[in-house]
Amino acid sequence: MSEYEHYEAIVVGTGPGGAAAAATFANYGIETLVLERGVEGGSKNVSGGLIYAEESAPYTIDDLFPGFREEASERPITDYQIHNIAGDKVESYDLTKLHEHDTEWSDSVLRRKMDSWLEDRVHERARETGGGLLTGVHVNGLLREEGKIIGVTTDELDPITADVIVAADGVNSELARDAGLMDWDEPEEWFQGVKAVVDMPADVIAERFDIDEDEGVAHLFSGDLFQGVRGGGFLYTNRETLSLGTVFHLDSIVAEQAEPHELLDAMLTHPLLGQWLGDDYTELEYSAKLVPDSKKVALREPHFGRLLVVGDAAGQMQAQGPIIKGMNHAVTAGALAAEAYAEAKARSEPEKAGSHYAKKLRTEGVMQKLRPRGYEMMRGITEGETVSGVVDSVLKSSVGRFGIRAMSGQLERLYNTPSLTSMIPDTQTPYVTLPTVIGEELGTPVTGTSSVTPPSLEERIGDLTYDTDIGKPHIKLLDNSYEASGAAVSACPVSAVGFGGGCYREEVVRTNGSEERVVSLDTQPCVECGTCAVVADTDWEHPRGNKGVEFKWG
Amino acid sequence: MHTVVLTKGVPDFREGQVSFDENGHLERGKTPTVMNPNDKFALEAALQTRVRHGGNVSLMSMGPPGYKEVLQEGMETVYADDLYLVSDREMAAADTWATAITLSAAIENMDEMPDIVFAGFKTADGETGHTGPQANWCLDMPLVTHVISLDIDEEERTLRAKRLVEGDIEEIETVEVSLPAFVVTDPEFVPSYRTAGERLTLKDLRAETQARAPDYEDYLTVWDHADINVDPDYIGLDGSPTIVSSVDPIPKAPAEREATMVDPSDTEGMTEVLEAMQSAVGGDATAAEGD
Repeated sequence: MSEYEHYEAIVVGTGPGGAAAAATFANYGIETLVLERGVEGGSKNVSGGLIYAEESAPYTIDDLFPGFREEASERPITDYQIHNIAGDKVESYDLTKLHEHDTEWSDSVLRRKMDSWLEDRVHERARETGGGLLTGVHVNGLLREEGKIIGVTTDELDPITADVIVAADGVNSELARDAGLMDWDEPEEWFQGVKAVVDMPADVIAERFDIDEDEGVAHLFSGDLFQGVRGGGFLYTNRETLSLGTVFHLDSIVAEQAEPHELLDAMLTHPLLGQWLGDDYTELEYSAKLVPDSKKVALREPHFGRLLVVGDAAGQMQAQGPIIKGMNHAVTAGALAAEAYAEAKARSEPEKAGSHYAKKLRTEGVMQKLRPRGYEMMRGITEGETVSGVVDSVLKSSVGRFGIRAMSGQLERLYNTPSLTSMIPDTQTPYVTLPTVIGEELGTPVTGTSSVTPPSLEERIGDLTYDTDIGKPHIKLLDNSYEASGAAVSACPVSAVGFGGGCYREEVVRTNGSEERVVSLDTQPCVECGTCAVVADTDWEHPRGNKGVEFKWG
Repeated sequence: MHTVVLTKGVPDFREGQVSFDENGHLERGKTPTVMNPNDKFALEAALQTRVRHGGNVSLMSMGPPGYKEVLQEGMETVYADDLYLVSDREMAAADTWATAITLSAAIENMDEMPDIVFAGFKTADGETGHTGPQANWCLDMPLVTHVISLDIDEEERTLRAKRLVEGDIEEIETVEVSLPAFVVTDPEFVPSYRTAGERLTLKDLRAETQARAPDYEDYLTVWDHADINVDPDYIGLDGSPTIVSSVDPIPKAPAEREATMVDPSDTEGMTEVLEAMQSAVGGDATAAEGD
């Protein structure tokens, strides 16, 4: 009946999830069209910067893309440390054992380099199937016929139909939302990360971190340096750069009215980091993204009709204390989704691809990692206000402090226990109180000082590359009252109270003698993280293909 | 679909590239030669035809031997399957009429007559806009100018184009002509690729043409007047009826009037600027301060 252009499979997004899905479709000889909205793979992508290959995973990125580690990643991470900070006192634990648990390898990555490398390979392989990869195409929704999903609609092309659609369109997935699988309502369900990529020659990295060419270091930071906001920071060594960032529970950022860039600066300027950052701090790129909390939002059934959702779009981001794994799960899910479709089709029941995919996520152990049973069981107890309040008070009391001192020999071992980290509750205790008390009771003062002066928010925005879609803002403020949308003024990583150059600004309007606080929006400096879609009342979509921010590092 | 695109090498008039002497005369030796920017729209239109209907795109120019690099530029930055340079001392100093005669003879000399000949809207140095239409006067095909978009019906052998009437962006008409036809694209021409299949083909063709470009001479045919069978009396300076009586220098643009530079950190200087602006809009600088 319809005269639409048709491909057997459409994959939306060419991050690790989309790339894995497309490569797997290609392995089955399935004609696959991949649509990416950025000017190049990775130009819209940001991640903390570690990708894992898990021993227990059925698919890893280097299985699907030979040469990945040699050509697309930065350094293998061979040393993993966590620092418990209280003022200038620090107690550090070696978490290498936890990091190596179930780990075949782990590399630091920069997403522009990594994803653009994947893009070339995905195009080549998809082209052999009769499809291929197109950049600059923004898939803006699902195409339906008689209520059923039959394809996708885009800003740039006529509608396209497909037998199967894999949504790998990231944390702000417009397709998952269109299908009713995700909403963007609850700040409790998300983390927000901000990141700085810092220039540092390889020989300086080798000297300051005491590592060889084929070694890399990961440092995690928690304690009292983040104004009580729940979360922590990281530092990863790349080949000739460092990735430094902070990740916090979005509800905590909102509750504390914290400015994300200031939290990042608190870490960058802490004396502990002076030894690594030196007196020649050069920031190459400031970026931000939302991170789904898989414990709460990972979809148990990430599919609807012909639509299969993978990666961040399906909430598949595991962040449990010091364990932060997202890209590896996206790779596994992408490959499993394509495999599920191929198998269902072989049995002449392609309509069962979605449920088959969900089953694979369970039987392959992915869902257990994303939604650990331990957390589900303990959550009711440990996240209750009474219990967490008591635990916090006890920890801070002389009894708790005595306990921490008494346990000093075992704390490092406990931190390295995977089953315990999976149960870590989302409360003040593990993120702030415990590390602070450990730092206070067991820490030693940092000897060095910091001479880092981070760029201002204005400078950071000024250094980013934008292709503004003039006259077509991709975010609309539906309710500009301060009550509905005021949280965005501080929570938006490119806005700040009193800063006139950001996306969100607070204004006072005087009418008929009364004053009203309202919020105004200018999307020009937007980094497309999606924070305001959750914390403010907006109509939020991605910019058209090739438009908006373009990350050079990611 | 076989298409031929006509182009010309022109001085690169972009700031930083172009060089003028103190009398305002162009210094040709110090100014690089590039493909006439308007011709890229013609080449884009040919590429769109190639994407949608297959066939091949020939890029052709008449000029000195150095123009082969102009042809390479077209191959690299847009697209070309093969290149034709019509080059001969006998063709030197041709006006638009002699050039049109030469180019039309070269087109007729091709193995296969084109379905469409494309030309850009006037050159950046000559500014006449004559050469394309005059070449078509010799070829005697339907002519459509100021084209901003086009569609071809292969079966019916027709071309349907949207064009600006009198070059006015406010007035657009749609015309249909039979093939073969001669098309002059407007600088407002925008290629349109609305299907994934077209965009994938475009991506393939762009990769192919970029891979060809370094070895462009393998795809280049150079013809002299004997090759295209034209009488030297009808081409070059001898075949040019145009007489240039004199050249007037272009007056300085009003934007180049005297300017005073003020450093934004210079408070006194900035106050003067503000006062000047206030008086220009008829306000009072001191009153505004209190607001």
